[in-house]
Amino acid sequence: MVEKYSPMVQTMTSLLEVENLRVSYSARTGEVCPALSGVDFDLGYGEILGVLGESGSGKSTLAAALLRLLPAGGKIQQGSILFEGRNLLRASPQELRKIRGGRIGLISQEPSCSLHPTLPAGQQVSDVLAAHENLDRRALRQKTGHLLASVFPGDSERISRSYPHELSGGQRQRVLIAQAIACAPSLVVADEPTASLDPTTQQEILQLFRTLRQKLGLAMILITHNPALLAGLADRILVLYAGRIAEIGPSAQVLYSPQHPYTAALLRCLPSHLAEPPSTRKARLHVIQGEAPDLSWHGNGCQFEPRCTERMEVCKRDEPPAAAVSELHEVSCFKFAG
Amino acid sequence: MQPLLKVENLVKHYGAGRSARSKDKLAALDGVSLSVLPKTTTALVGESGSGKSTLALCIACLEHPTSGSISFEGIDLASLDENQLRLLRPQIQLVFQDPASSLNPRWTALEIVSEPFFVQRRYSKPDRAVRALRLLDRVAISRKMAARSACELSGGQKQRLAIARALALEPKLIILDEALSALDCSVQAQISNLLLELQASLGLTYLFITHDFGMAAHLADQIAVMDRGRVVESGSAENVLYSPNHEATRALLAATPRFSEPPAELVHA
Repeated sequence: MVEKYSPMVQTMTSLLEVENLRVSYSARTGEVCPALSGVDFDLGYGEILGVLGESGSGKSTLAAALLRLLPAGGKIQQGSILFEGRNLLRASPQELRKIRGGRIGLISQEPSCSLHPTLPAGQQVSDVLAAHENLDRRALRQKTGHLLASVFPGDSERISRSYPHELSGGQRQRVLIAQAIACAPSLVVADEPTASLDPTTQQEILQLFRTLRQKLGLAMILITHNPALLAGLADRILVLYAGRIAEIGPSAQVLYSPQHPYTAALLRCLPSHLAEPPSTRKARLHVIQGEAPDLSWHGNGCQFEPRCTERMEVCKRDEPPAAAVSELHEVSCFKFAG
Repeated sequence: MQPLLKVENLVKHYGAGRSARSKDKLAALDGVSLSVLPKTTTALVGESGSGKSTLALCIACLEHPTSGSISFEGIDLASLDENQLRLLRPQIQLVFQDPASSLNPRWTALEIVSEPFFVQRRYSKPDRAVRALRLLDRVAISRKMAARSACELSGGQKQRLAIARALALEPKLIILDEALSALDCSVQAQISNLLLELQASLGLTYLFITHDFGMAAHLADQIAVMDRGRVVESGSAENVLYSPNHEATRALLAATPRFSEPPAELVHA
């Protein structure tokens, strides 16, 4: 299964280029709510990009839009998604079917909802292979065996025969990962892949991602609301707020010296995990005043302005442009503009 | 001080139903002992399947333990009949992980917090409304939002509403079963502040069930670590955090995602 992955470092071009992506949902009332308003980023071969955002920030919409799997009512209004040099927004349904699962794997949030309850795990993995590759039954069985063995060191035989209800949450998540990497894609989009798992299993899955990236040269988009997960895993982090990129940059810079007031405030909310001296335990945590903005809100200016502690006059009027604070590190805030 | 809650040698077996073979019993709780002092927070930490939630259900009298005893304010729960339990239950309230599924989406916030008064037949009708609004005030849900149905509220607002409902009958013990796990970080911070405020002003006792050692470290006075149906380590939060004795505690601590110390290359830069 190693035979056809893309090498880690290819030419200078990126694997994925997303430009000015605008997605909106229309409500039954006819009201149009923007979910993503002009998202720009690119992803290199073999790179792990963490997408950090809270509920309603548009992070799952981004995942769905990349695979052209937006739910009914969701529409890509503008922009382009260049993947391996092809614009996915112009791809035909046949082409899309080949790309989804073939070139881009998806790992969704809830493993119990993404597996068929009455088919054994092995069959569900081999179905993905059968849909994309021309293999006879023996080759199919063999390849499924290899795939499962790569995510379940040890008891892959037993897992292959098991039904989803006989597996634990972590095991189901591994089956989904096997499906996602079955056809040696160059990109895997993982939407909150560890949200429902306990910390030990969570770490095991993250370790598996590291191994796969090394072995297969996979690029990943890892979507989460938990900044701590991204430390030590993501190469770069993109912070989404209200459908816009607040900040994007190398992980260490975003996590340890966040520049956007929202990122800084978000990271201050976390209890200083376990490192805190006993005296500050049970102290009040920092909070971000106010509530996340409503999707249907069409105000002018910076979306974070009403909750921002560093707001200026201009923030009410105009939307902040992205400004580079260092190489690779861009922040959309007037503190850095001009 | 007399413990508010004392659990001794509690055993709960599942799977002894009619379809299961008698040998297939699963010991969800395998001899758990725990005591909780009044007005403190005890965190119950463990992996999924370690028996945390089963223990919570037994304490809330929603499951019958197979053997062992639970005493609340010195009264053995097993000795009570259904009528006496009905009087005791308001003292112990639960807040669940997913507020969306623990609130009726079509009821308004006001209806949801007043329901416990109807169930327990407390107070007169006008009195109920006044008390319900006061509860909503406590958790910072405005009058305007009180008239909205639960499905129109955000995740954080729903969890605040669930807390208000748990407070309605003036309980002594609140069991928070993963009450923060499903929330965004910034909302977690809001709710944990609210929990600390309520504890200080109302003298509440919390049993905080979680797999997030970080939050447990922040909120708890005592920490008990569960593994495969047993409490394998318990003690003051400081002791458990800074000098863990049991393998399971160390494994959980090691797996807790954290990034409090910046990597070396950034410190130099």
